[in-house]
Amino acid sequence: MNSNTKKFQTISGIEMQRRYTPQDLEDFDYKEKLGEPGEYPFTRGINPEMYRENYWVMGQYSGFASAREANQRYRYLIEQGQTGFSVALDLPTQMGYDSDHVMSEGEVGKVGVAIDSLKDVEELFFGIQMEKVRQIRTTANATSLILMAMFVTFAKKNGIEPNNIRFFLQNDVLKEYICRGTYIFPPKPSVKLAVDVIEYCSRHLSNWTPIAVCGYHIRDAGATAVQELAFTFANMICYFDAAAERGLDADSFAPNIFFFLGAQVDLLEEVAKFRAARRIFARLMKEKYGAKNPQTQSLKIFAYTQGGALTAEQPLNNIARVSVETLAAVLGGVQTIATSSYDEAFSIPTEEAVTVALRTQQIIAHETGVTLTVDPLGGSYAIEYLTDKIENQVYKYLQKIETMGGAISCIEKGFFQKELADSAYKFQKSIDSGERVVVGVNKYRDDKTPRIPIFKVNDEIAEEQVRSLEILKKSRSNNLVKKSLDKLYKAAEKNENLGAAIIEAIANYATIGEICDILREVYGTYRPPTVF
Amino acid sequence: MSRPIRILVAKPGLDGHDRGAKVVARAFRDAGMEVIYTGLHATPQQIVESAIQEDVEVVGLSILSGAHRSLVPRIIDALRTKGADDLIYIVGGIIPQDDIPLLEKAGVHEVFGPGANLNDITGKVISRVKELRKSRGEEM
Repeated sequence: MNSNTKKFQTISGIEMQRRYTPQDLEDFDYKEKLGEPGEYPFTRGINPEMYRENYWVMGQYSGFASAREANQRYRYLIEQGQTGFSVALDLPTQMGYDSDHVMSEGEVGKVGVAIDSLKDVEELFFGIQMEKVRQIRTTANATSLILMAMFVTFAKKNGIEPNNIRFFLQNDVLKEYICRGTYIFPPKPSVKLAVDVIEYCSRHLSNWTPIAVCGYHIRDAGATAVQELAFTFANMICYFDAAAERGLDADSFAPNIFFFLGAQVDLLEEVAKFRAARRIFARLMKEKYGAKNPQTQSLKIFAYTQGGALTAEQPLNNIARVSVETLAAVLGGVQTIATSSYDEAFSIPTEEAVTVALRTQQIIAHETGVTLTVDPLGGSYAIEYLTDKIENQVYKYLQKIETMGGAISCIEKGFFQKELADSAYKFQKSIDSGERVVVGVNKYRDDKTPRIPIFKVNDEIAEEQVRSLEILKKSRSNNLVKKSLDKLYKAAEKNENLGAAIIEAIANYATIGEICDILREVYGTYRPPTVF
Repeated sequence: MSRPIRILVAKPGLDGHDRGAKVVARAFRDAGMEVIYTGLHATPQQIVESAIQEDVEVVGLSILSGAHRSLVPRIIDALRTKGADDLIYIVGGIIPQDDIPLLEKAGVHEVFGPGANLNDITGKVISRVKELRKSRGEEM
């Protein structure tokens, strides 16, 4: 096969030239396109020293079964050197169902920890020096106000000023409608609740991250790198516009936000993607939102090595994939990295697998030398070309999304969902045809059944949680719970910020299900259009 | 095939990852089948009602959350109770090898894990339906 017939495309379909030269960067102006690290437009990095001063936060995503078991995994990984962590929540918790709800059957504690009330949070953080952890994330989206309330109340009860613990709330419900599924209410009230979190944090919790606008999940659902950024930015614009309607300007909260992006295995494209993301963000903040503060204009990125690139076949190969993905994130200058474990096509990770994933970050940080200088690939003709290309394609998409009425309108029309379904199908066909090689899957196969230990969550956790709930409901003041739920209902009807009311309900040991049922009454539920 | 295969693709439970279900649904459609897709968070009751109302021959269940051990047998039992006796059941998602015998015992015919090839999946479904129709003395 000669180079005329073979396609040279990135996994996102960008055609790669044989080589790049200065001719490919005709308009290139260092100050305009790149700037110094820490200077607008922050293409090279959001601060001058980057990893020379501080490594990125190494924070693994973990959690399963009971709070007690999840706690053990966090403490183990902290001992192994992780500097942050993410509390994985089970699906009932993310969807506002208690462990004893009929919809929770078979789901309790399976993909994350089961949290029904404040009682579960107390066990979650036992024995951890919370203020010393650089970042504590959680995947609460539709239920972000409730988890916020739980963390605030937990801190207060333990004599800690809540703002001294660096919590990081995902709080990005829009992507849930597009590709992840943990939505409860319709889009407009859900965005209102998301902005409640942003507003509450901007007033009371200035060290917290009130929102991480997500592209990772959109990417995992089939998006190209361009779609990943475009849809993320479109969602961001929706939140920012909703915040502005409430008088919250970008300078008042954007310094604290993050983007949560994937780190895929196509290294050059990913490095360009991260750089383009920073440049686009800086320009949007400055030109669309009038931000003057460099802290507002500089985008903080949390990157997770893309799970979708991992295979069930020959699972140890995934260690190599995750290494390349991590390297892409580091060369891309991100602020936090979580690395996938090699067994995650099978189950949530074993202790051994998650340790290897953490060591991958540590090896890249300490042994490879890529952290000795900022933005080492800056100035590469290929990387600068790709950065510009991705940036331009993202702007084209954003224009289209704007003419379609913005993110919520696109969600309600099924536009994002159709784009993803098309990309995913195209990608799958390219693998089935062999046009795109996935090692171990459509080339270099062996027909051995993988023999690796697989983590199993025991099924008894559901029973334990149900029993705990029964005990809770007998030992708390149900009168106080009822009063605080009534108060919440009234506050929701009056369209107030629900932060205070939910904190009060949580402190009285109202359950997630009880609180969400009130909100379901007020806002209703929703199903986006189904397109494939 | 004398009449198109009708297949229900369902996402039971709370798992929201539907990339696989959608890609497979589309492959079935491209292969000439009539596909009904439930969308997310389908309850067992909704799945049973859909399967019967839509008069499908094949029911595909996609679960990545680990809830398959309880949801899959429950759905199959519920369908049998309602008299839908000889449906073909296929399951996709994250299904540990160790759980496959349990699912087969519950009545599942094929389990397709990550890395399954679309032609393979549609091929197996078509041949299962052919077998079933033959055993019923139906015209192919």
